[in-house]
Amino acid sequence: MTAAAPIRAKRVLPGFSLSLGTTLLYVALVILIPVVALMLKGAEIGPARFWAIVTAPRTLAALRVTLTAAAVATVFNALYGLLMAWVLTRYDFPGRRILDALMDIPFALPTAVAGLSLTALYSANGWFGGPLAGAGIALVYTLGGVILAMTFTSIPFVVRAIQPVLEDLDPALEQAAMTLGARPFAIFRRVVLPAILPAWLAGSTVAFARSLGEFGAVVFIAGNLPFKTEIAALLAFIRLEEYDYQGAAAIALVLLMFALVLLAVSNLIQFRAARHLEAR
Amino acid sequence: MSAVAPAQAPTHAPGQSRAVPRLLIGLAFVLTAIFVVAPLVFIFWRAFAEGWAVYLANIADPLVLHAIWLTTLVAVIVVPVNIAFGIAAAWAIARFRFPGRKLLMVLIEIPFSISPIIAGICYLLLYGRQGVLGPWLAAHDLKIMFALPGILLVTMFVTAPFVVREVLPLMQAQGSEQEQAAVTLGARGWQVFSRVTLPNIRWALLYGAVLCTARAVGEFGGVSVVSGSIRGQTNTLPLQIELMFNDLNTTGAFAAASTLTVIALVVLVVKAALESRR
Repeated sequence: MTAAAPIRAKRVLPGFSLSLGTTLLYVALVILIPVVALMLKGAEIGPARFWAIVTAPRTLAALRVTLTAAAVATVFNALYGLLMAWVLTRYDFPGRRILDALMDIPFALPTAVAGLSLTALYSANGWFGGPLAGAGIALVYTLGGVILAMTFTSIPFVVRAIQPVLEDLDPALEQAAMTLGARPFAIFRRVVLPAILPAWLAGSTVAFARSLGEFGAVVFIAGNLPFKTEIAALLAFIRLEEYDYQGAAAIALVLLMFALVLLAVSNLIQFRAARHLEAR
Repeated sequence: MSAVAPAQAPTHAPGQSRAVPRLLIGLAFVLTAIFVVAPLVFIFWRAFAEGWAVYLANIADPLVLHAIWLTTLVAVIVVPVNIAFGIAAAWAIARFRFPGRKLLMVLIEIPFSISPIIAGICYLLLYGRQGVLGPWLAAHDLKIMFALPGILLVTMFVTAPFVVREVLPLMQAQGSEQEQAAVTLGARGWQVFSRVTLPNIRWALLYGAVLCTARAVGEFGGVSVVSGSIRGQTNTLPLQIELMFNDLNTTGAFAAASTLTVIALVVLVVKAALESRR
């Protein structure tokens, strides 16, 4: 579509005010106003009290647990996602389509169901928990469990971000590099990696954001011990149940800021990558 | 879709060792078996661990049946609303240029990157007793929190991007030539939509609706904030699963979970079927 396409030609189509009106109304009522309500309530707290809530030892511990576990889960998924995207797009083998379909399981499976299954699977009488316990490794009710739950729920983000880019990457480039004598790893680092880097980073950013906010899967497996395995989202929930609405709002605002910054970063990476492609 | 077919192994010449691809494929299978397949299979294994009779008795528990009914009700209301919103948003964004269009796309994506818990807290701070609208709602005897309306609203929040995400890219890729032609030939607004647009987007729409359904019936964090988890009243199926798990009825929890897992598997089957059509 050329930039010269005049707006009037577009307006041949009907339904502009109806569709845009419906969209704006829905976005305002369902998304925007509730988020603004959180910000209003947050503003009522005042900077001093807000700072006191956020820097309270239990809040800091919960944020540390959340960030640590989300970071480890994201690093794992960045590598696993890259492997899966590479294998699914570059090789043909029996079971490839099933493997591809399985990547959507963590999206499709409700988080509470995932949490329930992981907890039982890794508890002492589960399939994996028994052997691991024999090796002296406990995951349920530990930080490892939090990492496991966050890993599971954010598995698809990196794979699904890289896959379309790898599919569009012309194999002729890799073949040319090979003809010129480049070793496989050099080809990957010099040809493939630069092409998929924006998608890899954007996918990992979204996976990290998702892990920071994960709740359903984590609460089952974490045991939720304050200072040890209590995540920030759960602490906000606990503050609500204690009718400490300011405490809940302050923690929720911190998580909201993380989420919005990560959303902006992911959009920026993709936007810059798109502009870079157009410039070429 | 031809792009899905893997490129003919470009990374190694005929004389080169096939060890690396085999190693990578093997690793992919092992990791996926451990991290994705095992948790999935374990649900059914555990749900039927004590036999069919116990499984059916767990499903027929009045609290579970009520949770299934409530969850179905939520999906039946939220999914059509989301479809209508998704079509309207995709039509406005794909077919017209207006200021703030990019911003609107980012706003629609917000629920995707915000924790459902935060969504629940947002709604509580808006409609709850201590909330912005709390006093007004109390004065008019309207109950939104800890009741069905709250559950519906939070579910609408978390599912908002699902249909748009599937339909919008397709409408953008297809362009509007066919629709413009229909208008030129004298078709009216709804005729253009139902005769030209809808047949073109129906599969993406179906997939978006299926994804939206799965998310709506599986929502946990947001609903647990606004539902109040009143037994036999505002407990949706995921909340009921947590309740049974906390009551140490693990087999029952897995039986309830297996119903939601079936819905997740339906999502995968629908997606696979749609991809093989393209």
